[in-house]
Amino acid sequence: MKKEKKKICSRLALLLVLMGVMLSQTGCHGSRGMAAFEIPENFDNSRTYEITFWAKNDTNKTQTDIYKRAIQDFQDLYPNITVNLRLYTDYGRIYNDVITNISTGTTPNVCITYPDHIATYLTGTNIVVPLEGLFADERYGLGGSELRFEGPAQGEIIPQFLEECAFNEHYYAIPFMRSTEACYVNKTYVEALGYSLPEQLTWDFVWEVAEAATARDSQGTYLVNGQKVMIPFIYKSTDNMMIQMLRQKGAGYSTPAGEIRIFNDTTRELLYTVAEHAGTGAFSTFKISSYPANFLNAGQCVFAIDSTAGATWMGTHAPLSDISEEALVEFETEVYPIPQFDTDHPQMISQGPSVCIFNKPDCQEVLASWLFAQYLLTNEVQTAYAETEGYVPVTSRARDSAQYQDYLSRCGEDNSLYYDVKIKASRLLLSHVEDTFVTPVFNGSTSLRDAAGQMIENVTKSVNRRETVDDAYMDKLYGDVTSLYRLQSTMQTSTDRKELGPLPPMAAALLGGLGVTWALIGVYVVREAMKNRKKRQNTH
Amino acid sequence: MKKCFIATLALTLILALAGCGNNGNGGTDEKSEGVMTYAEYEAAALDTQVVIEAYVQAKQSWWENQATVYAQDKDGAYFLYNMACSEEDYAKLTTGTKIKVTGYKAEWSGEVEIIDATFEIMDGNYVAEAADVTSLLGTDDLIKRQNQFVSFKGMTVEDAGNGSAFMYNWDGSGEEGSDLYFNVSLNGNTYTFTVESYLCGPDTDVYQAVKALEIGQTVDMEGFLYWYNGVNPHITSVTVK
Repeated sequence: MKKEKKKICSRLALLLVLMGVMLSQTGCHGSRGMAAFEIPENFDNSRTYEITFWAKNDTNKTQTDIYKRAIQDFQDLYPNITVNLRLYTDYGRIYNDVITNISTGTTPNVCITYPDHIATYLTGTNIVVPLEGLFADERYGLGGSELRFEGPAQGEIIPQFLEECAFNEHYYAIPFMRSTEACYVNKTYVEALGYSLPEQLTWDFVWEVAEAATARDSQGTYLVNGQKVMIPFIYKSTDNMMIQMLRQKGAGYSTPAGEIRIFNDTTRELLYTVAEHAGTGAFSTFKISSYPANFLNAGQCVFAIDSTAGATWMGTHAPLSDISEEALVEFETEVYPIPQFDTDHPQMISQGPSVCIFNKPDCQEVLASWLFAQYLLTNEVQTAYAETEGYVPVTSRARDSAQYQDYLSRCGEDNSLYYDVKIKASRLLLSHVEDTFVTPVFNGSTSLRDAAGQMIENVTKSVNRRETVDDAYMDKLYGDVTSLYRLQSTMQTSTDRKELGPLPPMAAALLGGLGVTWALIGVYVVREAMKNRKKRQNTH
Repeated sequence: MKKCFIATLALTLILALAGCGNNGNGGTDEKSEGVMTYAEYEAAALDTQVVIEAYVQAKQSWWENQATVYAQDKDGAYFLYNMACSEEDYAKLTTGTKIKVTGYKAEWSGEVEIIDATFEIMDGNYVAEAADVTSLLGTDDLIKRQNQFVSFKGMTVEDAGNGSAFMYNWDGSGEEGSDLYFNVSLNGNTYTFTVESYLCGPDTDVYQAVKALEIGQTVDMEGFLYWYNGVNPHITSVTVK
């Protein structure tokens, strides 16, 4: 009997040890990673540092030259810091490479990124450095006393843009450049169709003119341009299209907590509108047809919506062009904010590159990274980069600088640095900063954004393929994109916790084990207390 | 007589097997039931569903379960863009592998392609020889060879626009690992050719060979006849004459 009891006890002990091991491993899983970054008291200038900077450009040599110049100027100020540049032309590629490098511990030091992407990086522990401590550091922070350059104070970063980098109660990035979307309009064709451009574009106006532009003669030649090709309205980024339409309508997209609200009746109504105009050939997208600029410049598009950071590609005299000289058509280009449902309360997206810093075991290396990241906010870098496209600087210091103001005032002086479409695009954002918004950032927000655009792409393609787009189609579409972008988990955890179902057996066993452990600890404590009490009673 | 018959039969079998084993540029290209001939594919309208059988000639990229592939049969070529494909299946798509593809015919900046496609691997193997299209440059007939494995012979390397024979990206904004752009001329006309970095990355011979080109050299090239607002061949080999 004693033997049997010992056996049971030893088995119980073994089970508890095993559970302890399992629990300790489970505990480690969530906290695995580097120690949190702590700001060193001093930057150690006796050491040398080599940091990597992953940067995104718009396939624009001037932009890459500015990055290189910024690095050189920074290295002149800090000869002990070497910055290695790696160039990307696609945010998605940076995102995927970062994800891959997180697992191997080889993330860059400084990285151009979107806040949405950072939210995914944060699923690791202490991967991205929270910046508020660095912002406020008197010596090395924003406008700090020990900086070897004149950087902006925190108050000089446009508050709205800085707030876009704050989530999970921390600042995880600094804004680098900001842009929004613009509608580049072939004014010549709008007027040829018998319309006058209004003060502000509405969706109704754009759809109406786009439909009018689809008129053809008996030979299939479009009346407005005398060509065989005309796609009156082309949208580059359909995720932005859906997001902005929903916002303007006051309809659901997601909550700050990450609840997905996009699958609603307004979305459905908007998709029917898209289907209607895709069906007549009045509307298409970049993914389906090609770059809006190529069609616009060839006189094959009336309304081209693209980033203000794509302004140098837009218009007959655009400094950058992907089509042959002989394909270019002469027309007058107007630059408008995106169409609105309510012109009294215009709303448009804020976008553009931000910069984050990845944590490293060496705090001095992180501080070196921060110094470089901060250098990107100096007037020299801000104004130079903003002038390459329809970007705007993110600091009031750069914006108000004589150099930048002079640049803006010389709109249209030439078709290169002072290209009118580009400067009009920058002015558009400068005059609408208060009307910009960003979508909530959470782990999964990137997928939701992709899903938003995919619904427009799918509907447009389906109409082109003569498929029926009705309620059954929409139901299936909602289901398909939910599944494709793995939105179920986000929807489930955020909307109905009761539907989570029973605990998995392993989790139940672990919790049960915990209960048993606590019970045994309790028994032990009570027994020891009684023993002590007895002892005390005996000694007294 | 019997021996002679057996010998003849054996020879026939050997020849037949040899025929199966070589890359078979001749002969007919039998299609399975419900599969389009190249002519039918060519005639199909954009945005319609197409079903083709072809042989993988080159793999350009795999990304998030989507593969981009150049494929060809004995009559014409296909560009299969972002075709649904697991990483495991992508490894099976070696040059010459026969596949049956179901997707939609589409056009993007002049490039005719099959999108939203799925595929299955079939029995059969065929590797196309490069068709010399040098004489078609600048003619309307060149587009009929779109996406085919082709060659260009005796062309002259020109300034890429930056004083050297090539540029990283179209405007020189790239770096090692980016696409390479270079200009070559024939009979006074200059054309821009590309080493597409996903198709032929910096570790390939062609990437290094193009970087080593010098203005004025005469070169022979092979590659795929890609289109982007006009002909934009994706080169896979360069030989300096």
